[in-house]
Amino acid sequence: MRGRLDRPGLLFALIGLAALALPFVTFKPNRIVLGEGLPAFAALPFGMAITAALAVALIAGCLRWSALLRLVVAMAGVAIAAISLGVAATHLTPDGNTLARVAPASGFWLTLLAFALMLADAITRLHPPLILRWLLLTGAIVLTVLLLTSGILDGVSVMREYTARQDIFLREASAHLLLAFGSLGLALLVGLPIGVAIHQVRASRRPVLSVLNILQTIPSLALFGIMIPIFGWIAANVPGAAQAGVAGIGVFPALVALFLYSLLPVVSNTLTGLSGVNPATCEAAIGLGLTRTQVLGWVLVPLALPVLLAAIRIVLVQNIGLAVIAGLIGGGGFGAFVFQGLNQTAMDLVLLGALPTIALALVAGIALDLLVETTTRARGSHD
Amino acid sequence: MTGRILLAAATLFLLAFLISPTSFAWLFEPVTRNNAPAIYTQTPLWSLTLSHLGLVALAVAASTVIALVLAILVTRPAGREFLPLARIITSVGQTFPPVAVLALAVPVMGFGAGPTLVALFLYGLLPVFENTLAGLTNQPPKITEGARGMGLTQAQRLWQVDLPLALPVILTGMRLTAVISLGTATIGSTVAARTLGEVIIAGLLSSNTAFVLQGGMVVGIIAVMIYEGFQRLERIAARRVGLT
Repeated sequence: MRGRLDRPGLLFALIGLAALALPFVTFKPNRIVLGEGLPAFAALPFGMAITAALAVALIAGCLRWSALLRLVVAMAGVAIAAISLGVAATHLTPDGNTLARVAPASGFWLTLLAFALMLADAITRLHPPLILRWLLLTGAIVLTVLLLTSGILDGVSVMREYTARQDIFLREASAHLLLAFGSLGLALLVGLPIGVAIHQVRASRRPVLSVLNILQTIPSLALFGIMIPIFGWIAANVPGAAQAGVAGIGVFPALVALFLYSLLPVVSNTLTGLSGVNPATCEAAIGLGLTRTQVLGWVLVPLALPVLLAAIRIVLVQNIGLAVIAGLIGGGGFGAFVFQGLNQTAMDLVLLGALPTIALALVAGIALDLLVETTTRARGSHD
Repeated sequence: MTGRILLAAATLFLLAFLISPTSFAWLFEPVTRNNAPAIYTQTPLWSLTLSHLGLVALAVAASTVIALVLAILVTRPAGREFLPLARIITSVGQTFPPVAVLALAVPVMGFGAGPTLVALFLYGLLPVFENTLAGLTNQPPKITEGARGMGLTQAQRLWQVDLPLALPVILTGMRLTAVISLGTATIGSTVAARTLGEVIIAGLLSSNTAFVLQGGMVVGIIAVMIYEGFQRLERIAARRVGLT
């Protein structure tokens, strides 16, 4: 055996120890000015003790321990880093001062990264069964929600931006979800039939896929922009459209732009999924007396399900990210905070938009990966 | 064949448009309103195109080099321990929205080309890394056996067998990276990077559809050209190692 040192663990320890020396939080007299960085030992009550504990956990990660223990240590590390952020914020903000801001700094993010990597590494080593991975994901979501609602983090700059605009945040969050899921729904509604059609009519595959490919190359910013006048024109000239809520500004142009981007993954994966089904299976089904529609619904689609879910994963993750751009054209969503923050150089506001977007994309990506695996397994057991 | 002719026509059109944008004013006039200018003249389009392409080329080159090195390292015996972790990081990393990465780079880097370059670089690492990894690890056992039988050293095997065989897949990764970067770079203009996004944003701010269209058109044609160019390279690389 090689030495007693664990190399990935060594890497995490290096990242984490460097992080502990870097500023953990930035203290700013108000939300616009540049602040002063404070390392964890200076920013926290009992800062030295907490820093030392984290350092010991990181160094212990270099030793070859069981992956389970590593998992527990990593989880504790993530939790301590997050709670410390909140504690540092309350500790540093003078009582009754509503202008001062305490923002997470590079040291905090890197500490979080080091322990998150350790966590990911421990999970891959344990290779837990599917059900346990679902539980881990659910547990992580529940704990994050608990932490956010507990009030521990309320002193942190991003949370203060949130408290200042709770109603708007909820509105933009639902707009973001509507954009991401609405465009996915539309794409499935239109893309699945197109995919089935080009599977049946071989000659139509190339032209349809080329058009969708070209659509994909239009930069998102431009596609969003082009939709505005198109919808403005429709609202002005198509009777009843304006009454139905169609307008050049607002959610419609963004929704359609996202829908257009989603078509290619849905159509091409439908095609791949259907083509991947063994022709003998279809013949057997027809031999059993099933009609073409029945074969499609009962045999082809269930067999192609994992590939279809993979398309949904691509589309959902992509659209959650692209929906940010809707904020630039008045379509709402978390992008509204991002671009407003960039305009005011108020980075806390940028974070308020960017962090939920990233969290949403992460959860969607991981959940759908698990779902793909679950359906693939389920199918495997039937074969 | 028709595809090639269309592409050549589009390329010629793009060149002509960039050399003399004002001669194409008639094309965009129908979508302007209230006598707004049909062509963006604040900054010459060719110079924006060049700085856009420069930014993308720099980011793609940097991410390709780093991703290649990392992928080679984690597939060596000494780096194997990192392989499962590297896989997780790439799949999770790719769910990070590029726009969010761009926005988060601003507090660290300030406004300008810096954050755009960093976001493009970080985001571009993943497709190249993922594909190189796939290319280096999914090789037919026959070839692995053959290389060992010929008595090649680790380094010889890497340079003479593994990398040439993985080249088509690596190029696919570079193509994905380049096309994503090209689109994401336009958003860089919101943080004051000089890219074609400037034209689109000017159009959005002044409700001038002509600007939005021409910015989008230039980026779109370039994206198709890059896409096709890389595909051609992939075919050549595949033919050289006898994969097709």
